Amino acid sequence: MGVGLKLGKGGGDVGGEKAKMGFEETELRLGLPGNIRAGEGEVARKRGFSETVDLKLNLSSKESSGVDPNEKEKNLLPCATDPAKPPAKAQVVGWPPVRSFRKNMFATQKSSSEESEKGGAGNAAFVKVSMDGAPYLRKVDLRMYKTYLELSDALAKMFSSFTIGNCGSQGVKDFMNESKLMDLLNGSDYVPTYEDKDGDWMLVGDVPWDMFVESCKRLRIMKGTEAIGLAPRAMEKCKNRS
Amino acid sequence: MQKKMAYSFPDEVLEHVFSFIQSDKDRNAVSMVCKSWYEIERWCRRKIFIGNCYAVSPRIMIRRFPEIRSVELKGKPHFADFNLVPEGWGGYILPWIVEMAGAYPWLEEIRLKRMVVTDESLELIAKSFKNFKVLVLSFCEGFSTDGLAAIAASCKNLKELDLRESEVDDLSGHWLSHFPETYTSLVSLNISCLGSDEVSFSALERLVGRCPNLRTLQLNRAVPLDKIATILRRAPQLVEFGTGTYAAELRPDVFSNLAGAFSSCKELRSLSGFWDVVPAYLPAIYSVCSRISSLNLSYATIQSHDLIKLVCHCPSLQRLLVLDYIEDSGLEALASSCKDLQELRVFPSDPFGAEPNVSLTEQGLVAVSLGCPKLQSVLYFCHQMTNSALVNIAQNRPNLTRFRLCIIAPRKPDYVTLEPLDVGFGAIVQHCKDLRRLSLSGLLTDRVFEYIGTYAKKLEMLSVAFAGDSDLGLHHVLSGCESLRKLEIRDCSFGDKALLANAAKLETMRSLWMSSCSVSFGACKLLGQKMPRLNVEVIDERGPPDSRPESCPVEKLYIYRSVAGPRFDMPPFVWTMDDEDSALRLS
Repeated sequence: MGVGLKLGKGGGDVGGEKAKMGFEETELRLGLPGNIRAGEGEVARKRGFSETVDLKLNLSSKESSGVDPNEKEKNLLPCATDPAKPPAKAQVVGWPPVRSFRKNMFATQKSSSEESEKGGAGNAAFVKVSMDGAPYLRKVDLRMYKTYLELSDALAKMFSSFTIGNCGSQGVKDFMNESKLMDLLNGSDYVPTYEDKDGDWMLVGDVPWDMFVESCKRLRIMKGTEAIGLAPRAMEKCKNRS
Repeated sequence: MQKKMAYSFPDEVLEHVFSFIQSDKDRNAVSMVCKSWYEIERWCRRKIFIGNCYAVSPRIMIRRFPEIRSVELKGKPHFADFNLVPEGWGGYILPWIVEMAGAYPWLEEIRLKRMVVTDESLELIAKSFKNFKVLVLSFCEGFSTDGLAAIAASCKNLKELDLRESEVDDLSGHWLSHFPETYTSLVSLNISCLGSDEVSFSALERLVGRCPNLRTLQLNRAVPLDKIATILRRAPQLVEFGTGTYAAELRPDVFSNLAGAFSSCKELRSLSGFWDVVPAYLPAIYSVCSRISSLNLSYATIQSHDLIKLVCHCPSLQRLLVLDYIEDSGLEALASSCKDLQELRVFPSDPFGAEPNVSLTEQGLVAVSLGCPKLQSVLYFCHQMTNSALVNIAQNRPNLTRFRLCIIAPRKPDYVTLEPLDVGFGAIVQHCKDLRRLSLSGLLTDRVFEYIGTYAKKLEMLSVAFAGDSDLGLHHVLSGCESLRKLEIRDCSFGDKALLANAAKLETMRSLWMSSCSVSFGACKLLGQKMPRLNVEVIDERGPPDSRPESCPVEKLYIYRSVAGPRFDMPPFVWTMDDEDSALRLS
């Protein structure tokens, strides 16, 4: 079946190569009110994709607690380098465009419904994240991440002007090690804490990831020194659970 | 002699004539005819719709329209629904309520969408408007059941309370008891968004029982199935009903009670709710299905065969919201049974799953487009699409007015030919000449925008994600879409040039949203300086934009026309690009 769409624009050949942009290559001409057609007959140039600014994602804020002046040229937006390569589904904020209300409602339903085939991966668990000293809240969907490290990275990106204490590449294990925990809490770094289903504030990382996702109601990133009071409770709860 | 008649036409007569003109567009046109018509019209306008609460200030509204009875306002940009607008962005209703409390003591109706509503605002509404009748809060947040209690207690003439998918802090189920025993005027109550905390069921029962005009009742999930019969027997006149959880242990007495209760509702035309559905209880509604015109099963996790049985009982169906559990086979059944279908929305049951979990493909949508001649509005989430399917759909259904397709994986090509879906969407805009709303997805080049700019002359709202190659794409849309009012773009490599070249266009639109694109801070500043009637707002959580080079792209950009000037309630991560550089607020 032929799918021939003609774009006849009154005499012009409207192939992609000859489409007119109507502005100078070298000069930005503002399309101000009253200027209905920003000029015709100019040499048109279709900007190839490769000519767009190559943007690099600054993945780790942990390395750059102070902004290196040389780094200022690097842009902080996702670089869509290759149209055929979609970003990993789990990492894209707000995609697919399903309202969080629907996602959360559905998540609770799926876990309680007898018909659900699998728990975990498909559902959503939105929690509010606040950071001491930051003027704004965010919401994260905990189901977008598989490990504490992923969550920690995401939080670092969100609140990138602050440094967040490393959850540790071993994830949970760091919090099982008392002395390492004490080191962390004595530093000036920020630690993530969360309010669990019982209403208690706990240190993030004290329980296995899946259990954390199920019980976390709210996240708060606070200064390590302030979180010291949570350590004993974290240890205790750990012991009770294991 | 003829001329004299025109001048001596009394104002009261004109006012009476104008009272028959309800549509905003017509009212606006009337007001532009001449100065005296402008004056007469402004005094008799009773209803106002403000699509962007920052486009105008309450004072300006009050100054022009002193006798308003009904206000509708929208706040946050649409992409706030998908977490792209950080908390604290704005959209506060309180300043409006404060002004209106003084100026419109006879205000009857407030309808809000995506606004931040506090308990304080609700209390002020309850206190200030003696004849308050209608409160609709769609996708709003910031209030609790305490605020609702204030409304319930004070608004003696309240007819409608609709909390459509708002986020409510559920502090106590007892707010319903604040409706006095003497209160009987309820017509419409939608509390489906309230959390799983109990709403006092006995208070609900009594309320329903004493309000003979109740037409719409949408319960929340906490209301169990075995209570439905009680409610329905007290309100057999209901036209719209939303169940709570539709699950219970299967018991014949409960079933027959339920079925009997439904069958006594002769006016019932719309059903929703259906959380946690136990399929065995679905036949309880069969007796009303033949008259049902609207069915919202978007929370019902039931499989295709149960859905097919249900839709086959609903020949009068005009509107269906459903999960993709319906699958292609279910949509084919829908296409043969429901010839009056006008609107279809298919939501994903597993939006983040790596693989499709159901057999729902482009075929389902093609079948519906073929079988349902009145289909106008489509929202469809799926995992795969082809150009040929889109062309089919376009040719089958040139009467489409809203077409929103979401292929779940970004940038996915035609899965058969591996080509971009430009031609498919091009066919949609070419054939569907009355298309007003379009959402794109899949692999798309600048070509699709060329088609859109050429053909989509009635298009008012366009949503774009992960598409296009260059500024040419954006230029096609801005220069070609004559009716464009709202444009929202995310993750596209559109930059400065098209935006600046089409700056004038932005004043003819309500708003433009661009996030994760390539618009530089410098361009935003330029736009802000040159276009005083636009508010150019940069949203950037990395810190002040002037701490980075001017060529650095901004995270998010929201541009809207306004007669109110820049707003003053911006959070620290929003900067407005002003006329004067000095007005650029630093954090």
